Amino acid sequence: MNLFLQQLINGLAWGGIYALIAIGYTMVYGVMQLINFAHGDVFMVGAFVGLVIAQLLPDKTSPLSVFLVFLSAMFFSTLLGILIERLGYRSLWRKNAPRLSLLIVAVAISLLLENSGLLLFGAAPRSFPEIIPSKSYFVGSIIFTNLQLIIILSCLLLMGILHLIVMHTKMGRAMRAVAEDSEMSALLGVPRERVLSFTFALGSALAGIAGVMVALYAPQINPLMGLLPGLKAFIAAVLGGIGSIPGAMVGGFVLGEAETLVSAYLSSSYRDLLAFLVLILVLLLRPQGLLGKGVVEKL
Amino acid sequence: MNWKKLLLLAIPLFLWLINYPISNPRLFNPYALQIIILMGVNAILALSWDLVAGVTGQFSIGHAGFMAIGAYSSAFLTLNYHFPFLPAILFATLLSAAAGFVVGIPTLRLRGDYLAIATLGFGEIVRVAILNAKSLGAATGLKGIPILSSFFSVYLALAIALWLCLALLKSQPGRILLAIREDELAAQMMGIDVVKYKVFAFSLSACLAGIGGALYAHWTSFIHPDSFTFMKSIEIILMGVVGGMGTIYGAAAGGMIITLLPEGLRLLLEQNPVLSQNKEFIRMLFFASLLLIFILLRPQGIFGKKEGV
Repeated sequence: MNLFLQQLINGLAWGGIYALIAIGYTMVYGVMQLINFAHGDVFMVGAFVGLVIAQLLPDKTSPLSVFLVFLSAMFFSTLLGILIERLGYRSLWRKNAPRLSLLIVAVAISLLLENSGLLLFGAAPRSFPEIIPSKSYFVGSIIFTNLQLIIILSCLLLMGILHLIVMHTKMGRAMRAVAEDSEMSALLGVPRERVLSFTFALGSALAGIAGVMVALYAPQINPLMGLLPGLKAFIAAVLGGIGSIPGAMVGGFVLGEAETLVSAYLSSSYRDLLAFLVLILVLLLRPQGLLGKGVVEKL
Repeated sequence: MNWKKLLLLAIPLFLWLINYPISNPRLFNPYALQIIILMGVNAILALSWDLVAGVTGQFSIGHAGFMAIGAYSSAFLTLNYHFPFLPAILFATLLSAAAGFVVGIPTLRLRGDYLAIATLGFGEIVRVAILNAKSLGAATGLKGIPILSSFFSVYLALAIALWLCLALLKSQPGRILLAIREDELAAQMMGIDVVKYKVFAFSLSACLAGIGGALYAHWTSFIHPDSFTFMKSIEIILMGVVGGMGTIYGAAAGGMIITLLPEGLRLLLEQNPVLSQNKEFIRMLFFASLLLIFILLRPQGIFGKKEGV
């Protein structure tokens, strides 16, 4: 029982991280029906911006520098997200180009970011400075670290903020309108292109933060680190029901927990296979995901 | 017999006649021959992808998986059981077609984006399976495959593939594939069994990719799971996009161009020690930029016609 609880706590941190990335996938899918394959690489860029800033700062462990590391990672990944949308997707989206073209652009941008990273930083993993000195706490026989606690709590906090933005701001309402019916919202005067930019910015900011979190938790980073978590977060989004923000949160946590339990009770080599298995099962059995609405294709 | 049919017969004869001088290292530069052969193989692969993506409008990012199946199955037969080349290729073709069929049935009910992820998963599964299969050389790869491909066999295969695709586009099934690309829902409304035809396109495409893989394996004589990664699939996509999706000659030409271009790049890079260290990354950057430039500025590719929608 204790082992089980211990694994649940370990899984929560990964779950939160997956959820943060998955939200970006699901929001973009909601407003433009595109799987933004480059999203995992935005997450990688966040981690590397964090690395560069952390190495520049003199006093690495002060709360201010921790804050600065997160803030700069968030800032630059937001910028990158907006840039990707502007330069990559917008012209195609305006032309109403086939979705195949959008997907190819997504793959190309992802390759561009990965190989630029490889060129700049090399393929060897880099260790991330310990900007939050780790402490362990015991509750009974269960151990958890301050880092796990920080990750879980900040994930919950960020999701709360996101919920407020999406449900209670003008931009959030516009986002929901575009996701509901893109054409109609444009007719009613919703500035769709600004909504797209905003959606990419929001998703990328979360991915950037998730990047630093993984960098602290892992604690090694390399330019290809976005591939697998990106794919898994996408699977989490599908599991929760793509297009649904609460779905992405639930999907992220479920996948994180499932992975940790599988590697604890079966074998850690099954860990990466599990996500793909989940994907196939969801697509076959419940394609709309856990919380998604069953959509009938419109004529 | 009209002149067109005569021309058709003349092509194999022509290929066979120039095969001897071109394969002789004293008469023809072997490095140039190497590139010419790879151009032919890649043209077949580009055609194969074009059949699924350009003609049928389904996105596959796992074509390296079909290629790997063709390469490994044919090499396994010629290496261990001393099969002649033709039966080995035929077997490889059938096996990859079967793989296309098996992948097709569950995944082709998926819409575009999900299909992309599923094909990506398929490509990775094939690669990891080979990586763990001892009889296929696992992580050391298969060495000493007899060199059975030649200029003649590669370009004859390409000619047959071209003819097959052109004939397909003129036939009823080909028209149905185009209809699915243009509007899947409308095609369904017209009474077309969309899933059936998508599976058909996938199997045919897998066939071609398998032939490409078999020819490749019997030319390089060494294959390794690393030759069939996700990056290879991207390379195949790039060929199709640059040539022009949905065009038959265009896609084949795209395959040749994308084989030729990096060779020039390589000569350029190898002179500079810093750049040559990172040449793999630079090559991928070059590919990715090219892909982006084409999709954004000339989505119809070099040889495609602009669509008047």
